[in-house]
Amino acid sequence: MRATVGLILLAVIGVGVGISLLAIPFGAPKTEIGDYYIENAREDTGATNVVTSVVVGYRAFDTLGEVTVLFVAALGLGAVLATAGGKRGRSGVEPASLILSAGNIFLFPLILLFGAYIFTHGHLTPGGGFQGGAVIASAFLLVYLSSPGKRINESGATLTESVSGLVFVAIGLLGLTYGTHYFLANFLPKGTLNTLFSAGIIPVIYCAIGLKVGSELAGVVDNLMEETE
Amino acid sequence: MIIIVSLLVLAMLVAAVAALIYRDLLSAVIASCLVSLLASILFFFLQAPDVAMAEASIGAALVTAIFVIAIRRTKRYEE
Repeated sequence: MRATVGLILLAVIGVGVGISLLAIPFGAPKTEIGDYYIENAREDTGATNVVTSVVVGYRAFDTLGEVTVLFVAALGLGAVLATAGGKRGRSGVEPASLILSAGNIFLFPLILLFGAYIFTHGHLTPGGGFQGGAVIASAFLLVYLSSPGKRINESGATLTESVSGLVFVAIGLLGLTYGTHYFLANFLPKGTLNTLFSAGIIPVIYCAIGLKVGSELAGVVDNLMEETE
Repeated sequence: MIIIVSLLVLAMLVAAVAALIYRDLLSAVIASCLVSLLASILFFFLQAPDVAMAEASIGAALVTAIFVIAIRRTKRYEE
């Protein structure tokens, strides 16, 4: 019954959105800012990946807000689960199968490396801090599934998260004093296009975001997995 | 190109409807995971690899895990 009502409501919403979107030509450019980014992003920010140059270059302040939203969400989850009370630790979890626990030993370092690769190369290849952080958190999720006794070092995760958040804000504040004098200004040398050490503050910020998001989401998984009875 | 995209969208719709009508919540979560996975392939074909990566790692992996943990804490079947 509920599913049928849900399907009917979904159909109504779908038809409504479809009719209202029918008037707008799909894919037609509505502003000229997209063309500006595609033409000038490489010279302006030094990053090869235009998406990254928008996310951490032109719109870096919005990204700081985004990181704050994720931080507050993780904090809220931790607060809610902490007030739910109960003992810490995970008792009564049956051990994982041999395939999962053996596969974890080989896959865990590789997934961590892949996540680190994604956020250190965010200004060159697709991906960036958020994607790399999520990949790192999924590596920790694999550990939680395969070896029930293991837990992340909670104070280490908190320290990583705080330090990388501070690095982001500190780099933004340094932009006020050096270079072009605005918050999150790109004051470091831009270097050669398409090399690892290029694009000024963008790789530094993306490394900070990657570590922050990774430790935050790993902390979320840790909060959810632990037994609260 | 348009055929691949249409097939992906069709498969996403089937998985989404399946997630809605399953009584077994674990199956419903796996079906919604399939929606995310197909969406990430679709993003890749539409030349948005950045979004595809985020969708695959957050939508398909972490959100599914959080739902599965929630089901383990509550109950598996819908009344």
